[in-house]
Amino acid sequence: MSKIGEVVQRARAAFNLGKTRPLQFRIQQLEALRRMIKEHEKDIAGALTADLHRNEWNAYYEEVVYVLEEIEHVIKKLPEWAADEPVEKTPQTQQDECYIHSEPLGVVLIIGTWNYPFTVTVQPMVGAIAAGNAVVIKPSELSENMANLLATVIPQYLDRDLYPVINGGISETTEVLKERFDHILYTGNTAVGKIIMMAAAKHLTPVTLELGGKNPCYVDKDCDLDVACRRIAWGKFMNSGQTCVAPDYILCDPSIQNQIVEKLKKSLKEFYGEDAKKSRDYGRIINSRHFQRVMGLMEGQKVAYGGTGDAATRYIAPTILTDVDPQSQVMQEEIFGPVMPIVCVRSLEEAIQFINQREKPLALYVFSLNDKVIKKMISETSSGGVTANDVVVHNSVHSLPYGGVGNSGMGSYHGKKSFETFSHRRSCLVRPLLNDESLKARYPPSLAKMTRH
Amino acid sequence: MSGKEGKGAAKDPESEPTLGMDPVADTLRRLREAFSAGRTRPAEFRAAQLRGLGRFLQEHKQLLRDALAQDLHKAAFEADISELIMCQNEVDLALKNLPTWMKEEPVAKNLLTQMGSAFIRKEPFGLALIIGPWNYPVNLTLVPLVGALAAGNCVVLKPSEISKSTEKVLAEVLPQYLDQSCFAVVLGGPRETGRLLEHKFDYIFFTGSPRVGRIVMSAAAKHLTPVTLELGGKNPCYVDDDCDPQTVANRVTWFRYFNTGQTCVAPDYVLCSPDTQERLLPALQSAITRFYGEDPRSSPNLGRIISDKHFQRLRGLLGCGRVAIGGQSDESERYIAPTVLVDVEETEPVMQEEIFGPILPIVNVRSLDEAIDFINRREKPLALYAFSNNKQVVNQILDRTSSGSFGGNEGFIYLTLTSLPLGGVGNSGMGRYHGKFSFDTFSHHRACLLSHPGLEKLNEIRYPPYTNSKEQLVSWALGSQSCTLL
Repeated sequence: MSKIGEVVQRARAAFNLGKTRPLQFRIQQLEALRRMIKEHEKDIAGALTADLHRNEWNAYYEEVVYVLEEIEHVIKKLPEWAADEPVEKTPQTQQDECYIHSEPLGVVLIIGTWNYPFTVTVQPMVGAIAAGNAVVIKPSELSENMANLLATVIPQYLDRDLYPVINGGISETTEVLKERFDHILYTGNTAVGKIIMMAAAKHLTPVTLELGGKNPCYVDKDCDLDVACRRIAWGKFMNSGQTCVAPDYILCDPSIQNQIVEKLKKSLKEFYGEDAKKSRDYGRIINSRHFQRVMGLMEGQKVAYGGTGDAATRYIAPTILTDVDPQSQVMQEEIFGPVMPIVCVRSLEEAIQFINQREKPLALYVFSLNDKVIKKMISETSSGGVTANDVVVHNSVHSLPYGGVGNSGMGSYHGKKSFETFSHRRSCLVRPLLNDESLKARYPPSLAKMTRH
Repeated sequence: MSGKEGKGAAKDPESEPTLGMDPVADTLRRLREAFSAGRTRPAEFRAAQLRGLGRFLQEHKQLLRDALAQDLHKAAFEADISELIMCQNEVDLALKNLPTWMKEEPVAKNLLTQMGSAFIRKEPFGLALIIGPWNYPVNLTLVPLVGALAAGNCVVLKPSEISKSTEKVLAEVLPQYLDQSCFAVVLGGPRETGRLLEHKFDYIFFTGSPRVGRIVMSAAAKHLTPVTLELGGKNPCYVDDDCDPQTVANRVTWFRYFNTGQTCVAPDYVLCSPDTQERLLPALQSAITRFYGEDPRSSPNLGRIISDKHFQRLRGLLGCGRVAIGGQSDESERYIAPTVLVDVEETEPVMQEEIFGPILPIVNVRSLDEAIDFINRREKPLALYAFSNNKQVVNQILDRTSSGSFGGNEGFIYLTLTSLPLGGVGNSGMGRYHGKFSFDTFSHHRACLLSHPGLEKLNEIRYPPYTNSKEQLVSWALGSQSCTLL
């Protein structure tokens, strides 16, 4: 058996021993995870700096804090979530116990990605552990420093058999996918999402796929452009645009395009100074391949701001493109970089049509002071999630499930939804084994039931 | 991370053959257009569809009973309680609750998002495909349909070609009761179903075997289509020494031989000690005789096997172990007597595949632990049953095993509660439905946050540049109460 096979088998054997069943054990593991994060905050920030030019601030506020909150929330709620849930009974079942019983699925595989390499790998772990599973973690090899850090520290704090970290590239991931799991949560792109689901199908393994898409951002004429542009600039350019829920492109009326450009520029200067390259708060592109890809998207476009890059440092300036042609390359793929195209539309209806002609995105944004506009945009489109009059933030609400639809994914997690995703909720009916008299009516034969065909 | 190519003005990303050459493609295109035009969104439309389905069930009750009798020799009583009434109840429940189910579900907010509103919106996926099986061909095709329609999807129904008479009714009569711009029935065998699955759907609901479940999920993967798979397995039935054998036998017999054993949640085999087996056998015989008479073949309450293929398969299984009760069969009628087998080896075919027939093997175990090990060495079943006077025993089985659903001292009576969803785990499936769970299964749960454009000052804290003073401010804010920056 391959080494990877052995690791997975060990996790399964440890699960089968029943170690993860008591809530106390799960809570202890989560507390250990919390300690790990607090004691290694600097190392986590360091890995993020090395991988993505992030700094201690955004390492904490854009990654670590989410996970810490999730752990707090889950530890507090676990007894409630794990308890049997009684359900409404029928007149015939009044004497019975009818309830839904939550149980772990078994061995869960979490495949992380590189853009928020800490959060997207560790946050799902929290739910999987809470639900009582063994968890195999496969961080992304593209965020190499984080992958190495996780492989080093996780075994120092958590049970080594139950929560192994497997590192490696495509061939290791392929190896891992041959093994049988009881749930796979994958964060990444659509193409690989399909491969994961196909591999899962062989074992009838349910999957949660957190994928991506082009998240539209509609800016209505009736809106506070200063606030809108500041929020959009914040959400778009954080992590140098490498955020799956970042607004990918703007849709607006041509009459406000220039104002939007000016206000975005203003916010960008406030955030990152005249030269973002010098800002400690501005990120870098993960690798050369993506750097080339994103630079390529700017070709032939009208650049209103930015447009430059430095291959040596993988820096791309915050860039705004105007009057973008929907057929051009930048509008054909998820940008995942600090380039904001503006596409002009002449009405809300046209914007809605534009959006609906495309694959369902992970997130959708609409800025307007008019509630009717917001309502119409939401009711006539579909997306994983929506935020109106802001961007990104729907992710941060524990009680809102985080997930995609159509090409942007399936399934969801965060908070209680994580617990549900990683549990089997078993329908139970328990009756006393009493005398059968009252049930005799259901048994054959009876004249009333002896009907002819 | 590259996403899918933009579709531009064209609706369907797949390259379809010339218009008219693939009638399925035309049907799907038509249904998609109706969905895109928003036809299925309004509650009134959905309610009208559900009422149509209700009228179909009412007006063609006898037609459906006749079809079920032809396909499965199903007694009218069984047809009513396990198919027609269940469908009607689901329709009624959906009609009554539709406005509530369609409402946005508000959720708890965190500190900084108190200014807006946060809720989950239930939206239809789009075009849903429902593939039905042959054993409860009305129930297992139409109950999912209720959920899909209530949730506002356009639906393609693919009833089983094996239950031919029912297929005919569903294909020829049902569409007359529904808006055909949003609903279609597609017919065919494995080959046609394979071709159907090459097309893109927005949701696929499949009931059938694990083997075909894998094929369906693989096909769905190509289009990233979410699925619910209601599959099967060998549902163990543990009978403890501490029990009244006749009561147990009555219950096990009823649930085992209902629909001639062709039920995905039927007890598949019994696990008990040799002593209990001795007490159980005469009790089982007594129950069988009471229910089906001295000559079960002439009982109107016993059905027949669906097809020659399955009949041959089951007849083969009669050779396993030793026949303790029954064992008779008649090819001309596809009749198999209610049968109990003993002295069965684990390796024999009857213990290797889901039986799906009126044969009940008894496997001996010497203790509760041995029974639990036996169960856990196998794939997770769709259902699991435990009979004992001792509550602890029932709880132990529940806690130390897994299965889609669980019956303590009862069979699959839990199916009559719409508050207890039906669904598998592991090899027995994924996803669940019935009642509101059907509506939720066929809906995308969209997370929505409506933020306020005002109170921007509070957001200042999240914007770069990140200075020391900001860090201190946020540390203080975070120290007092758990809340994210956002």
